[in-house]
Amino acid sequence: MKLEDLTTKCKSTWCPGCGNFGLWGAFKNAAVSQNWDNTNTCLVAGIGCHGHILNFTKITSVEGLHGRAIPVATGIKLANNKLNVFVFTGDGDCLAEGGNHFIHACRRNHNLTIIVHNNALFSLTTGQTCPTTPLGEKTKSTPSGNLDYPIHPVTLAIASGATFVARAFASDLPKLQEIIIAANAHDGLSVVDVLQPCPTLNKDYTNQFFRENCYQLGPDHDVKNKVQAFAKSLEWGLKQIPLGILYQEEKPSYESAIIQIKEKPLIESSTNRNMEELFKKYV
Amino acid sequence: MAEKYSIKIGGSAGQGIKSAGLMLSKIATRSGLNIYTYTEYPSLIRGGHNVMQILISPEEVLAPSIKTDLLIALNKETIDLHLNELHDQAIILCDGEVFQGEKVISAPLSKLANEAGGGELLINTVALGATVGLLGGDLEILKNLITESFSVKPEIVEVNKVAAKSGYDFIVQNHADKITQTLKKAENIAPKMIINGNDGMALGAIAGGLQFASIYPMTPITGLLHNLALYQEQFGYIYKQPEDEISAINMAIGASVAGARALTATSGGGFCLMTEGLGLAGITETPVVVILGMRAGPSTGMPTWSENGDLQFALHAGHGDFPKIVLSAGDSREAFDLVKDALNLADKYQTPVILLVDKNICENDQSFHPLEISSQIDRGKLSLETIPDYQRYALSDDGISKRSVPGKGNFFIVNSDEHDEIGFSSEEIENRNSQMKKRMSKLQTCAKNDMPHPQIFGPQKADLTIVSNGSTKGAILESLKKFPNVNFLYLTWLNPFPADAVRNILAESKYILDIENNFLGQLADLIREKTGIEIMDKILKYDGRPIFPEEIEDKIRSIVIASDPPAGGERGNLNTEIASSPSTIAQGSRNDGGQI
Repeated sequence: MKLEDLTTKCKSTWCPGCGNFGLWGAFKNAAVSQNWDNTNTCLVAGIGCHGHILNFTKITSVEGLHGRAIPVATGIKLANNKLNVFVFTGDGDCLAEGGNHFIHACRRNHNLTIIVHNNALFSLTTGQTCPTTPLGEKTKSTPSGNLDYPIHPVTLAIASGATFVARAFASDLPKLQEIIIAANAHDGLSVVDVLQPCPTLNKDYTNQFFRENCYQLGPDHDVKNKVQAFAKSLEWGLKQIPLGILYQEEKPSYESAIIQIKEKPLIESSTNRNMEELFKKYV
Repeated sequence: MAEKYSIKIGGSAGQGIKSAGLMLSKIATRSGLNIYTYTEYPSLIRGGHNVMQILISPEEVLAPSIKTDLLIALNKETIDLHLNELHDQAIILCDGEVFQGEKVISAPLSKLANEAGGGELLINTVALGATVGLLGGDLEILKNLITESFSVKPEIVEVNKVAAKSGYDFIVQNHADKITQTLKKAENIAPKMIINGNDGMALGAIAGGLQFASIYPMTPITGLLHNLALYQEQFGYIYKQPEDEISAINMAIGASVAGARALTATSGGGFCLMTEGLGLAGITETPVVVILGMRAGPSTGMPTWSENGDLQFALHAGHGDFPKIVLSAGDSREAFDLVKDALNLADKYQTPVILLVDKNICENDQSFHPLEISSQIDRGKLSLETIPDYQRYALSDDGISKRSVPGKGNFFIVNSDEHDEIGFSSEEIENRNSQMKKRMSKLQTCAKNDMPHPQIFGPQKADLTIVSNGSTKGAILESLKKFPNVNFLYLTWLNPFPADAVRNILAESKYILDIENNFLGQLADLIREKTGIEIMDKILKYDGRPIFPEEIEDKIRSIVIASDPPAGGERGNLNTEIASSPSTIAQGSRNDGGQI
């Protein structure tokens, strides 16, 4: 498999300098290295700038509704657990309208890889506050400053029970690629929070800001220690944004606990059913 | 026509009213009789009044009834609430400690329950035994049922049997003169199944090849999810309880995209949340079945009571135009059949199919000849092959494209944005128009290939035609038995709608009576929209209770009286009276002015 195999007829519609380019590139590199293709992989996206990635990536996909990518992906995984299922979702997409789905997917530990395109804004609708927008930020919907306290996707993911939680920076392609591969290899629910600049609408979280203020978690960070991971997830500030795997736990995935799909995927199960015994219960 | 015998058993929630009622029903069917049950209960788990009506007859019973012949009262409240429903010859079976009166056949239910060794919990079993004694039934059938019901708790089988026998013996020894032959065992007994709509739909879904169901609990479809959850490992499908109804429909859509036969179910409030997902299924051409179990709305409304008030909502659910098949079932057997049809239609037309049922269908039990086990599964244009130059949304004459699933080597985008034939987002004019026409043309294909002619019960031509859909079916059919010149146009397909057939049938009828469980007359509005015929005479009931045959019969008679001078002929003989003076019928639903 080559990079060109993933190219479609569509030209990118993202603004120049958009963090989605880095994320897209890192994902394609990961796909080529792991042979994720139309025979083994399905991509699901929500609605937002991030969702356009599906038009530019030649792997079978579903563009769902705003906030609803996770339940669609869950249905796909339950129906065919052989597929690698990736969810591309925006920070607004999965934490605002899709917050409920995000929490419960983490809690159930479905074997999904959720990649959060986090630019701390609603950008497709031209720049309103979203759940990751910093306090006091002036946006088109908060002209006098944002009154809502922000939440980090990684904090919510750890609290909700996700078993692989990582953060990466969109412009660091090799690291991001590595983390996407590790997230997909993890058996259970993985969340990768990808910090990305929105050069058009977010003048604070620029490429330069992330380069100056992020650092890689070192060997002293114990990924199995949930309390430490939670503390790290809350860290945010100048020179204080941790990147890397924050938390990882070995725990049976939801799909591994369903006897019906132990031997083969649900879609290959027989629907030719003998119901005589069951009918007798009603006589 | 054999008379129906109507029993009401009532008590507080937690006294086992429902299980006793179901056991009594099985005693009846195993004795060769037919049953129909109707349960009323508040939205509580314990406390509150529960009552179940069990109608028993040698002939089929199709609807609940207003009258009560035997009231089994496990507490005083039951008597307070239902005494006025009893006719002159009716009797009350209760504990003499609870109530005394002229209609009462007293049995020391509490004392016998305690003597049997199970305390107050066994009162319902003692009452069952007494009832079997009183109605001339076979105690052995009850004992067998006790063994079957408590097979997982063998230690309580014996005390229940003792309790049942003590109730039975008490009646035989003390009230021998009151014993009837209502439950007398027939010579030849054909096996019958007792199912409610939630049983019927679960069995239909399993027989129809269901592979995935995601259902959030909500009355009245909760029983459906309990059934589906229980049998999933045995039959190899997956039931998943999601976090909300939004997730329910999106999970079902995801499973369907991946190739699984999928359904979800809910009631009105949950359906409100699902409307966004319906549109997703519509534009992405994803098969999905949505069972909508209606109850009295709006909002929380009356959660444990019935209504047919979401008919227009279901027809119009979701923004924008997309093809949507809307079916309506009238009883649990039909719900069994229509779930299977809905699964096939969803796959065939790659679009959402909504099946309307209501609380009365979901929760009322009815006895039927055993269901058909054989079932034709039609997956339509689903392909699991690798297809060269595959186009998921290829244009086609019938509007239906070949459907692949992820993982088969075919690239496509299942896209909620308007898209081209592969699925890439596209807002080009020509593409928008052709994709829109393609999707919408599926309704015409469906109407042409699959929509049946609507059913007419009674004579092909009649002076009065009743028109209705849903759970009013049974009560209307019961009423029809008394009026030979009334027929019934019964609708199960609401979209696509059999407009020509309905117009032709109604045009033949002198008078039309629309019967609905809602305030607005939503079916009448649909008929007017599709056929131009405006129906003037209606029975609209929105108090949560079913429409009883007695109410329909009264309405038919009122039309008859209005049509006839006071000294006129025998009441109820609509044939003569309408034929003699049709033009004098008050509030005449003449349709000649309505042919727009």
